[in-house]
Amino acid sequence: MSLLNIENVEVTYKGKGLKKDFKALKGVSLDIRPGECVGLVGESGSGKTTLGRAVLGLAPVTGGSITLEGREIAHASRAERAELARDIQVVFQDPYSSLNPSMSIEQILTEPMLVRNWSKADANKRVRELLDSVGLPADAAERRPREFSGGQRQRIAIARALALDPKLIVCDEPVSALDLTTQAKVLDLFLEIQERTNVAYLFISHDLAVVRHLSHRVAVMYQGEIVEWGQGEQVTQNPQHPYTKRLMMAAPVPNPVEQTARREERRRMMAAGLI
Amino acid sequence: MSNTTIKREGLARKVLKNPSGWMSAGFVFAIVLFGVFAPLVSAWDPNEPDVYSVLGGPSAAHWFGTDSAGRDVFTRLAFSTQFSLETAALAVVVALAIGVVGGLIAGYFGGWFDAIASWMTSILMALPGLVVLLAAMAVIGPTMWGAMAIFGVLLSPAYYRLVYTTVRGVRNELYVDAARVSGLSDLRIIARHILGVVRAPIIIQTAIIASIAIAIQSGIEFLGLGDKDTPSWGAMLNDAFRQIYDAPGLLVWPSATIALVTISLVIFANTVRDELERTGPRVKKIKGLGKTAAQLADDAAEVATIVHAAPSRTNDALISVSKLAVGYPNGQGGVKQVVHNVNLTVNRGEVVGLIGESGSGKTQTAFAVLGLLPAGGRVVAGSIVFDGKELVGASAREYDQIRGGRISYIPQEPMSNLDPSFTIGSQLVEPMMKVLGLSKSEAKAKAIALLTRVGIPNPELTMKKYPHEISGGQAQRVLIAGAVSCDPDLIIADEPTTALDVTVQAEVLDLLRDLQKETNTALLMVTHNFGVVADLCDYINVMQEGRILEAGPVLEIFQNAQHPYTQSLLDSILEGGPARGAYIAPKGN
Amino acid sequence: MLNFTLRRVFNGIVMMVAVSFLAYFLLYIGAGNVARLILGLEATPEQINELNEQLGLNRPFIEQFLTWLSGAVRLDFGASWSMPETVNEVLFPRLGVTLTIVALTTLVAAIIAIVLGTLAAIHGGFVDRIVQFLGLIGFAVPGFLVAFFLVTLFAIQIPIFNAVGYTDFSENPSEWAKSITLPVAALALSALAAVAQQVRGSVTDAINMDYVRTLRARGLSFNRVVYKHVLRNAGGPALSILGVQFVGMLGGSVLVEQIFAIPGLGPYAVSSTAVSDIPAVMGLVVVTALVVIVVNLIIDLLSAALNPKVRLS
Repeated sequence: MSLLNIENVEVTYKGKGLKKDFKALKGVSLDIRPGECVGLVGESGSGKTTLGRAVLGLAPVTGGSITLEGREIAHASRAERAELARDIQVVFQDPYSSLNPSMSIEQILTEPMLVRNWSKADANKRVRELLDSVGLPADAAERRPREFSGGQRQRIAIARALALDPKLIVCDEPVSALDLTTQAKVLDLFLEIQERTNVAYLFISHDLAVVRHLSHRVAVMYQGEIVEWGQGEQVTQNPQHPYTKRLMMAAPVPNPVEQTARREERRRMMAAGLI
Repeated sequence: MSNTTIKREGLARKVLKNPSGWMSAGFVFAIVLFGVFAPLVSAWDPNEPDVYSVLGGPSAAHWFGTDSAGRDVFTRLAFSTQFSLETAALAVVVALAIGVVGGLIAGYFGGWFDAIASWMTSILMALPGLVVLLAAMAVIGPTMWGAMAIFGVLLSPAYYRLVYTTVRGVRNELYVDAARVSGLSDLRIIARHILGVVRAPIIIQTAIIASIAIAIQSGIEFLGLGDKDTPSWGAMLNDAFRQIYDAPGLLVWPSATIALVTISLVIFANTVRDELERTGPRVKKIKGLGKTAAQLADDAAEVATIVHAAPSRTNDALISVSKLAVGYPNGQGGVKQVVHNVNLTVNRGEVVGLIGESGSGKTQTAFAVLGLLPAGGRVVAGSIVFDGKELVGASAREYDQIRGGRISYIPQEPMSNLDPSFTIGSQLVEPMMKVLGLSKSEAKAKAIALLTRVGIPNPELTMKKYPHEISGGQAQRVLIAGAVSCDPDLIIADEPTTALDVTVQAEVLDLLRDLQKETNTALLMVTHNFGVVADLCDYINVMQEGRILEAGPVLEIFQNAQHPYTQSLLDSILEGGPARGAYIAPKGN
Repeated sequence: MLNFTLRRVFNGIVMMVAVSFLAYFLLYIGAGNVARLILGLEATPEQINELNEQLGLNRPFIEQFLTWLSGAVRLDFGASWSMPETVNEVLFPRLGVTLTIVALTTLVAAIIAIVLGTLAAIHGGFVDRIVQFLGLIGFAVPGFLVAFFLVTLFAIQIPIFNAVGYTDFSENPSEWAKSITLPVAALALSALAAVAQQVRGSVTDAINMDYVRTLRARGLSFNRVVYKHVLRNAGGPALSILGVQFVGMLGGSVLVEQIFAIPGLGPYAVSSTAVSDIPAVMGLVVVTALVVIVVNLIIDLLSAALNPKVRLS
């Protein structure tokens, strides 16, 4: 049985003044099973971030339904959202903007517990567990975000997401602002956490290789629609949709010999109008 | 983790430690006390005239002398201080209450309240406060309390705008989204994330608003529109001004008090602002500061670059950089080096990659070659020889001759690198006219040909467009056209595809490769992306922490990397690795 | 651009109507008080009633407003309550004087501020410290105190300028210059300080923009990039501050004119306020609002000419 079911979801942003309404999502469907990682890949403006925000209740869902374990959550009230916070959490892209610079790490990590009225002792204990689980020292709790590097901040954001043992974490480009070596380490952390806690991920990225590395199933978005959806291996290696093919062929392979071949192949396919 | 230990001091403490902070705050506080204890500081009655001591000079009985009605100036100053400060405070409180609450609501919730409040604000700001205030006083009569309450309303947009823009900014921060996902109520979000951010700006604004309120209060009293029976700074000015020929000294006391109070308030505001900026939440961490002596010695130590043999490489150096070091002032009189001992050669017609992670010094190296280091930065050692000419120490004029025509540059971020106020066409034409000496029509024709070459559809129309009217991919093509427009020998490209979507990146890489082949221009490609390197480069240099660790022909580095850092970079590459595999339902579900 | 201009003009008209209505409404609410203010505390209810009748204050609000508005759109503000002349006869000659002084001050302040601010941003050092100091003094010290200082110093101690009074330009240009030098200086200081600070800030910002590096990488010299590209981009913020300062000066001129005994709007505003001459006060509010709205319109159009992005908003 699915954990999260997204069916025919539409999101329309109301245009201001004379501007037209903008339909960011035009009927999107996918599902996530417990402990599964679903990758969502697309370019800027494809609607992938909007879909993540719709699941989080941060985008105006104007059609379709989103259900978590059978409960409809697309139009959850603030009180219901407070309940849902235990089940759905988030890790954003920008590790600079996603942590309040004037708060200590402890204050940041205990924020989700605030709503649930945890005791101070419980909260402190949990903060230490969380820091440990993302590979940060216990003394990090008293420091401020600016004392940490991008990769470390992202670990803090992951710890905050884990605070209430959620069933699903929406990860919106969580590694794209990071350097190559840091990115690899943070991705390993995501994998390790999933294997340990069985949390499900909706993993949003523009990078096909990152999504392939982490996702059981992959959805490809283009102009507000999912154009391809299937097993990760299949979608990232033998794509069927011309857009997915174009995406795959466009990414340069970090190997001079293979890249030369891929480039020729891409030019041939483009000339033939295949992608 | 940062080596710098950051002392966590309260803002208030810091401001009061700063001389201009405690002096200004102290003076304002002293004046407030002077006003509060007005009835105690003198035995005289502020309003009782004494015809026998009119316009008397300072004496033991009358410290500051007497005014035109023989009243004691010192006593009047004390009572005036009380009244002027009280009425000014009323204006501040009214402005604060309306502006802050309105700004919080409009900024956080938006909607119709925002629309109405913003409109009202723009009306209030379109009117000269003093004129409106006089109009209001025509109806309410000569009451300073009423006038200052109304003035508070007129001042409220200052708070409104401040709080509104701050809240708008914070509301878009991702940490506010994260708080909403955690289920915090709006009130709690405002209390936790927003009030903290607007608090200091409100304090600054309050000091400024208070100085304006004092000025206006005194101005109205000076005009004689206030209550004649209450002593005030303005009324004292009014009286003194009438005696300006007989006793110009009378102007001094009220003028000096007003000026010192308003200046102190503004200095206080500036000090708080400076201290706030100094500890600003987004201060970028400067690497290398706070390092121990041993670490610094380590920094200076020579690190040998692993250089792979490059038998097929020609020996026709167009530019050769040797032992280059770039430094910035470290704020303690010394120099902080960000590039150490860099050796780098680009041969004619060659594509050389400079690859590294953020902070590796690759961009600083590129800017040093261009002679366009950011403010403060300079080449502290080494040489850059371009086509036989030494560029280190070259004059601005010599560099102007080389840039554009001989060495050109393609930046990373397409949008911010085009001047928003000029059309695409004029930005292409201007350098061509200067560097190539073309006429305007020749340059235009060439610009259109270039835009066509870089794949811009409808180039004539694009020439007339402004940067914000084209897409990022198109803007990058325009910048490439600009870089090749004056037929350079060397192009320095700083992450030219990083800001682009992957499908656009592929097209731009194709364009760069084709242009490079056509013109046989040398290309120095600064990037963090191994795919880009594999696609374009003949030879690469791997950089970390300001040093080149390994250099060699591209295939050699990919297949036979020797330095552990290069190996770790290559190991981190995900492309070509295995997929995650199929989903297995967790046990127990 | 035409579209933008029309939209701004329309906005201005709407704002003008809103300001007039609001001002009239607020003055009407308070008008119950006016007869008492005019007649004093000893007035009997009969006397007050009679005055209200005479001034038309007992007619319905809308009727009063429409009567007033039908005159006001033709810039006719009716009879004054305190003077034998109509409001127009007093208001417009005085408006000319005030506008001359304020416009001249704006021009002087803008020119000096642009030069100082640009030099401070580019060269730093001495000029920068002057701009910082001016910024503090100009911002903190009220204009009328500056006026007192100038009167005492230049008109009384070293009498090279006229301390009081105003000579019309057409009468005697050199006397005119002597009579307005001190008022213009007193008014200009704070505007100059504010605009210079803004120019300094926005030139510094613009110099650090990426496109400056890119243009220089194309072979354009630093000076050329500064004078052609940087100044133009820094112009927008400086213009809007100049607009704000203009509004401030219009208010500040009330005090400065009073101090220098200049027959502008200032003394008229003070005397009308003192005797609760509502038609005069309404005329003053409407005319200053009109001036401000027209000036803001001009500034918007100039900003749009400098920066094409503004045209979109």
